[in-house]
Amino acid sequence: MLRLPAEIRDAIVAHAKRDHPDEACGVVAGAEGSDIPSRFVPMVNAAGSPTFYEFDSTDLLRLYREMDDRDEEPVVVYHSHTATEAFPSRTDIGLANEPHAHYVLVSTREHGNSEGPVEFRSYRIVDGHVDEEDVEIQE
Amino acid sequence: MAIEVRIPTILRTYTDGAKSVDASGATLQALIDDLESNHSGIKDRLIEGGQLRRFVNVYVNDEDVRFTGGLETELSDGDQVVVLPAVAGG
Ligand SMILES: [Zn+2]
Repeated sequence: MLRLPAEIRDAIVAHAKRDHPDEACGVVAGAEGSDIPSRFVPMVNAAGSPTFYEFDSTDLLRLYREMDDRDEEPVVVYHSHTATEAFPSRTDIGLANEPHAHYVLVSTREHGNSEGPVEFRSYRIVDGHVDEEDVEIQE
Repeated sequence: MAIEVRIPTILRTYTDGAKSVDASGATLQALIDDLESNHSGIKDRLIEGGQLRRFVNVYVNDEDVRFTGGLETELSDGDQVVVLPAVAGG
């Protein structure tokens, strides 16, 4: 199960809506081993694409150095789908390289940049195997 | 010649959990061959068809090796190499 503060959930959703119709991406860092997502870090989608996302390689290095310095890890890795459901694509599964992370997917296909609910789901992706998990929002 | 190589979580199964290991080599290619001799299997996770894998980023002293000659990038004592899988998907 993923436990996530409401303000971070809201920040992820706002990012996804803002970047629609391109995919938005980022992480929520937390203390190593804690499984507590605490620091919201939106990233630029260097692919700038409605069907693909990739952290810019320079930003990626900076992010991992920063997490290293703070004894953090990416507790959540999130991205949006803008035309399909919030379920990991084959590409997502093939490229999931953080075995400890919760992979959060948001779908903006229904309301795009506008107000309105979005699909917000979380998965574990390990060795090509996908397991959906419950999301508990902490108000 | 000792070069520190930072290993990402997903590849620490090849380094007995170590976050960084020392290796040697005058080029990135040689360094990866040296890594392979001590951590069998790791090379295949970094290289495919003689090229760095598309979704693996390697940095030498904070520079992405794609801009410094790829596997031919020259290394010297005290350099730091960081391996990071891309965070990407569709
Ligand atoms: Zn995706």
